Amino acid sequence: MEAYILMALLLLLTIVTIAIVFQRSLFAVVILAGIYSFLMATAMIVLDAVDVAMTEAAVGAGVATVFFLASLHLTRAREYPRPRAVWLPLFVAGVVGAALIGGTYDLPLFGSAASPIHQHIAPHYLNESMGETGVPNVVTAVLADYRSIDTLGETTVIFTAGIGIMVLLRGRRRRRGEDKDDVDPGARET
Amino acid sequence: MSVIEQFVSHHNYYVTILLMVSGLYIVIASGNMIKKLVGLSLFQTSVYLLYLSPAKIVGGTAPILDEKFQVYSNPLPHVLILTAIVVGIATISLGLAIVVRIYEVYGTIEEDEIFSSDGEI
Repeated sequence: MEAYILMALLLLLTIVTIAIVFQRSLFAVVILAGIYSFLMATAMIVLDAVDVAMTEAAVGAGVATVFFLASLHLTRAREYPRPRAVWLPLFVAGVVGAALIGGTYDLPLFGSAASPIHQHIAPHYLNESMGETGVPNVVTAVLADYRSIDTLGETTVIFTAGIGIMVLLRGRRRRRGEDKDDVDPGARET
Repeated sequence: MSVIEQFVSHHNYYVTILLMVSGLYIVIASGNMIKKLVGLSLFQTSVYLLYLSPAKIVGGTAPILDEKFQVYSNPLPHVLILTAIVVGIATISLGLAIVVRIYEVYGTIEEDEIFSSDGEI
């Protein structure tokens, strides 16, 4: 049953992806990307990754869509012309896709409890995390306890990105002011 | 194992690859920078699917411990992908800030027009 629901969701994801590739109105592309993220979050629930699904729905479908719409507004972008060279990107994408499909050949079967990923460290987390951390949600226990340094690194990345965005957009209001009253542009630079 | 069984069992990997390849195609082919960033986020999101697919055990449940359940899916890929989603939004928003900055300087976000006006600025 789970496999059929997943199959239907993945089919919808495929259709939305193809629509994104061919759509040339940027507003439609951004909204389709939001739909794509919601479908992906639903597929994640079917794959038992509830925490990830919640994050993807909030961040991927919510925050990312808002950011994209904001930059569409700031750049006044509506539509864009058809790409000139199609064959080179198609060739690159085809070669990469063929190599990846070759790589799936000896992957373990979907949903099997005997596949190698479930043998090594996951049983330790599932069996011991309640006693070691006292948190029933294993994902939280791993994220905030066993791999907390990893999470610290993640926060550092967000901090750095925030600094970068602030530096890039800092002068926006000042520059716009200069455009309006072009009295003495040289004096303000110093 | 027959070819059909193999296909049904691996269909989520094929969809993952299709999403990945479409993202790659958009990044290379389209000259519009916002569309390029949408392609980049498609590529990132397909990696989430690649990580979460093997973590699933059919008949298992989400890794939140309870007496009523015995079989849980693997929690480790979930943790890694939680980190990846947050890092993904950080890179995308930084990219969008760069696009806004480019628009302020060049007045366009089309790659061709930026390259052709490079000599004038």
